[in-house]
Amino acid sequence: MHADKNKDAVVARDLVVRYEDFTALVGATLRVHYGEALGIVGPNGSGKSTLLKTIAGLLLPSSGELRVLGSQPRKLPPGTIAYVPQVEAVDWSFPATVWDVVSMGRFARLRFWQPFGEHDRHMVRHALELVNMTALAGRHIARLSGGQQQRAFVARAIAQEPQLLLLDEPTTGVDAATEEALRQIVRELVGNGLPVLMATHDLDRVDEWFDRLLVLDRRVLALGTPREVVESGAYSAIREHTHTHGHLRHDHEPHAAHAAHPEIKT
Amino acid sequence: MTVLTEPFHYAFMQRAFVAALAVGLLCSTMGTYVILRKLSFIGDGIAHASFAGIVIAYLRGANFYIGAGVVAVFTAVGIGFVHRRGRISLDTTIGVLFTGMFALGVFLMSQQRSYAVDLQSFLFGDILSVQPQDLWLILALSVVVAAAVVVLFRGLLYTTFDPIVAQASGIAAPAYEYTLLVMLALTIVVALQAVGIVLVAALLVTPAAAAYQLTSRFAPMMALAALLGAVSTVGGLYLSYYVRASSGATIVLLATLLFFGAIGVKYLRRVSVRVP
Repeated sequence: MHADKNKDAVVARDLVVRYEDFTALVGATLRVHYGEALGIVGPNGSGKSTLLKTIAGLLLPSSGELRVLGSQPRKLPPGTIAYVPQVEAVDWSFPATVWDVVSMGRFARLRFWQPFGEHDRHMVRHALELVNMTALAGRHIARLSGGQQQRAFVARAIAQEPQLLLLDEPTTGVDAATEEALRQIVRELVGNGLPVLMATHDLDRVDEWFDRLLVLDRRVLALGTPREVVESGAYSAIREHTHTHGHLRHDHEPHAAHAAHPEIKT
Repeated sequence: MTVLTEPFHYAFMQRAFVAALAVGLLCSTMGTYVILRKLSFIGDGIAHASFAGIVIAYLRGANFYIGAGVVAVFTAVGIGFVHRRGRISLDTTIGVLFTGMFALGVFLMSQQRSYAVDLQSFLFGDILSVQPQDLWLILALSVVVAAAVVVLFRGLLYTTFDPIVAQASGIAAPAYEYTLLVMLALTIVVALQAVGIVLVAALLVTPAAAAYQLTSRFAPMMALAALLGAVSTVGGLYLSYYVRASSGATIVLLATLLFFGAIGVKYLRRVSVRVP
């Protein structure tokens, strides 16, 4: 399906991303291989979404180097990158059914004159099956639960047949069963050679989700296998300062982990 | 029977009906995007700003449509630019710029000794005075905008629902936004003569808002909006002949009635679903 696993799908070197007068990402350097799931963890405002949006070509880095599938993100052919944002970003009263939303994943692949054909319908059905939403295809999107909405978004990304998948906290606000289903889908896609980057607040079971882990707090604090990252201490520093919603804790005294990571402010 | 077909006997009425049909279909089709992208204030703003263009064109002896068209398209693109940059609030920009442009139009007009009746008609619409050359222009612009809706259908739909994800997937969301704003500007220019600046916003919003109440998918909403728009303009024009009232006002009143009718149907549907 994709090029060999040792090749880099994403290469970022000293990536700096600024909003007006705020620097969201300070000199991030990372590589993601084909057939690899990279988890991005860090507190709120640590630049997880910024990193994903920059790789998706939605934001332009103010300096540094970024190559996605051997090119600049905006110069890739339509349909190459699939991005799944956090759920609340769209108008759920929009007149569309689950089928309509998942169909949109095909739009980037179709030229103006090309009709929505049998292969397109096949991919939509396939994606709906994968996320177990076939029975809900005709349902209006406003009548879905949070977990179902998230699965519809993921189905749209799969229907696109992307060569790079970016997921922004897809497990936030979904039930345990949906989370496990999403994990299995991600592992299956990765097994087929797809590179996947996923931001998450969920610090449990990272070793079951990801091949490697990136600890981010506007700069890269650690990057390696989940085991390596845990052993480096950066992960526990983040974990220590992050309660379940990802906010930094302010309710305790500084301790040894602070000295090791002065960039984490309490 | 002849009483009912009477309006169709006059050439000026025939032209008015064709123009009404085109304007009704076009405005309400575009209205689908206006409702879903929340552009109604922008539509109102473009219509008011066009007034300055109309007055300048009038004073220079140029075609109304050219004056209105140039200003409308420039304003639409300007809005898109401000909207993308996002440094100033869009509401504020539209509020300041368009009242200013409208005032410029009134200012220039009020300086004229010979008070122009034609300009009055642009405020409130005068579909009965549509000339053959106006009709051709209306039809040509309608065909251009309708063709754009068909060709760009998928991209406009995706960027309306989820512009960020659409852009990440490689669809040029900003280009679609600018194109849509230009299409909206052209639609407004076409609608100006039929219902006038004051009422054009209603035709862009009301039929599509009625359709929004009754449908749960995009394409049916657009089709129903077009139907309700055409019924409003053609029916309103027809009624205005008998009640001897302003055609623009009658058209908008009929569209408003249809809107409340749609809300009523939606309510009845819910009640009938609840009762087993």
